[in-house]
Amino acid sequence: MTGFFADVVWSDIALATIDTLAMVFGSLVLTVLLGLPLGLALFLTGPRQVWAHRLMHTTLSTAVNVLRSLPFIILLIVLIPVTLALVGTSLGVAGAIVPLVVGAAPFFARLVETALREVDRNTVEAVQAMGATTRDLVLRALLPEALPGIIAGGTVTAIALVSYTAMAGAVGAGGLGDLAIRYGYQRFQTDVMVVTVVLLILLVQLLQTFGDILVRHFSRR
Amino acid sequence: MIRMNGVHKRFAGTGGGALAGVDLAVERGEIFGIIGRSGAGKSTLVRLLNGLEKPTEGNVHVDGIAVAELGPDGLRALRRRVGMIFQNFGLLTSATAAQNIALPLKIAGTPAPAIAARVAELLELVGLKDHAGKYPAQLSGGQKQRVGIARALATGPDILLCDEATSALDPETTRDVLALIAALNRDLGLTIVLITHEMDVVRQVCDRVAVLKDGHVVETGATVDVLIDPQHPETRALLADAGDAGAGTYDFNGQVVRFTVHGDVTHAPLISRIARETGADLTILDGRVGRLRDTAYAQLTLGVSGANTASALDLLAGYGRVAA
Repeated sequence: MTGFFADVVWSDIALATIDTLAMVFGSLVLTVLLGLPLGLALFLTGPRQVWAHRLMHTTLSTAVNVLRSLPFIILLIVLIPVTLALVGTSLGVAGAIVPLVVGAAPFFARLVETALREVDRNTVEAVQAMGATTRDLVLRALLPEALPGIIAGGTVTAIALVSYTAMAGAVGAGGLGDLAIRYGYQRFQTDVMVVTVVLLILLVQLLQTFGDILVRHFSRR
Repeated sequence: MIRMNGVHKRFAGTGGGALAGVDLAVERGEIFGIIGRSGAGKSTLVRLLNGLEKPTEGNVHVDGIAVAELGPDGLRALRRRVGMIFQNFGLLTSATAAQNIALPLKIAGTPAPAIAARVAELLELVGLKDHAGKYPAQLSGGQKQRVGIARALATGPDILLCDEATSALDPETTRDVLALIAALNRDLGLTIVLITHEMDVVRQVCDRVAVLKDGHVVETGATVDVLIDPQHPETRALLADAGDAGAGTYDFNGQVVRFTVHGDVTHAPLISRIARETGADLTILDGRVGRLRDTAYAQLTLGVSGANTASALDLLAGYGRVAA
């Protein structure tokens, strides 16, 4: 390779892309698994809902706000001991997953809560008035009705995770962000910077397009 | 069928909808209307009947069952016997008409073949058998409410609660939906409690009516009596909102009276007969002739003039109610 892309080592780019994808999708799965129940709990314990419980709601809400108010770069550092205890390393893809999930799950939980609040109050009452259990209400009404909103929230979260992985790169997580910082920024290899940025843009575009298609598929309004 | 005794409901904050000592009795098989303005407590009241709200004080009995004392299982069992329809329909937008109607049956644990048969029967009953596979967004308001009604009837309830069920519909669709509700009352013997802010809805279908104001029942009785001879200012105000006769003043050289008559005599040629017999002149200044559910009635503002005005008024009083 000569000319403008002289400094670009394409095999490194390929590896970094795979690392980024592994971090985004690995943490997205765990984020949904943790954030969905958390968002449901936030919604159901809220005022005038089936599990209305002021103390529980305030506690959950505060915990979510605290995690969301920490800048991700700080969260990365603060969580190093936790990550070491959980996965044995704070480096690489495995080391990045813990802070990524801790950063994204509360964010996704709030989006889930908002999507659930959008469900028509009459619809919730109608299902309760049929003699539904809370389980029926959640599985047969709330989640199906809120599904397009939850998917849209998942898309936003996945895109946030892409930018989080770039930051995680700064503390040894690897991936495209790490390449951009180490080569593109610290060694003034502008071509590496351009390639990584283009790949990140493509990734975000793909995620958004795919998310939009899913939302449209499940939307019946 | 339904008894409320000394029911209070207070909410935190100062919002409307509270109840301040409601006593009410609804008999089996009747259509009972509860009319009031927004914030009067109508929605709260109807939600006490299926336990969506709990009274702060007082008793609510539905078919002899104390609703507020039911545990979760008892409440679920009761709710299968009390259907409810809503102003905004409350349909799942993510489910088809047929799936919406099937939902209460699924929740009740009905086997799938029985659900399919029952859903087909209900779609037929509400006149939507060609729309089974449509989503609510593809249906008109009237069709959505028909799905709501079919869904409310799925588990074969004895009672149907209607919470402003026609408020989101245009007048013609309102008439159709009310006709369906009246037919269900007649054919299935359903007891119906209907919440509304529109006197026209009460006039079309209710056997009896209670007027609710600021959490109190201010007037209750047979629809014919309450509408023809309203006692409370709130009732009169609601009637005036519905454009009933007698609210204005008239520039007329003679005596102006409000004349109300109902039953078979309504359609007799009363005015020409009285004019002929007494020689007085009678002019209709304002009026409404129609039906209160199945009873013919007329409410007229009459101008009476001429030599024999007094005897004309006496004759009028022999047919109906005359008020200044």
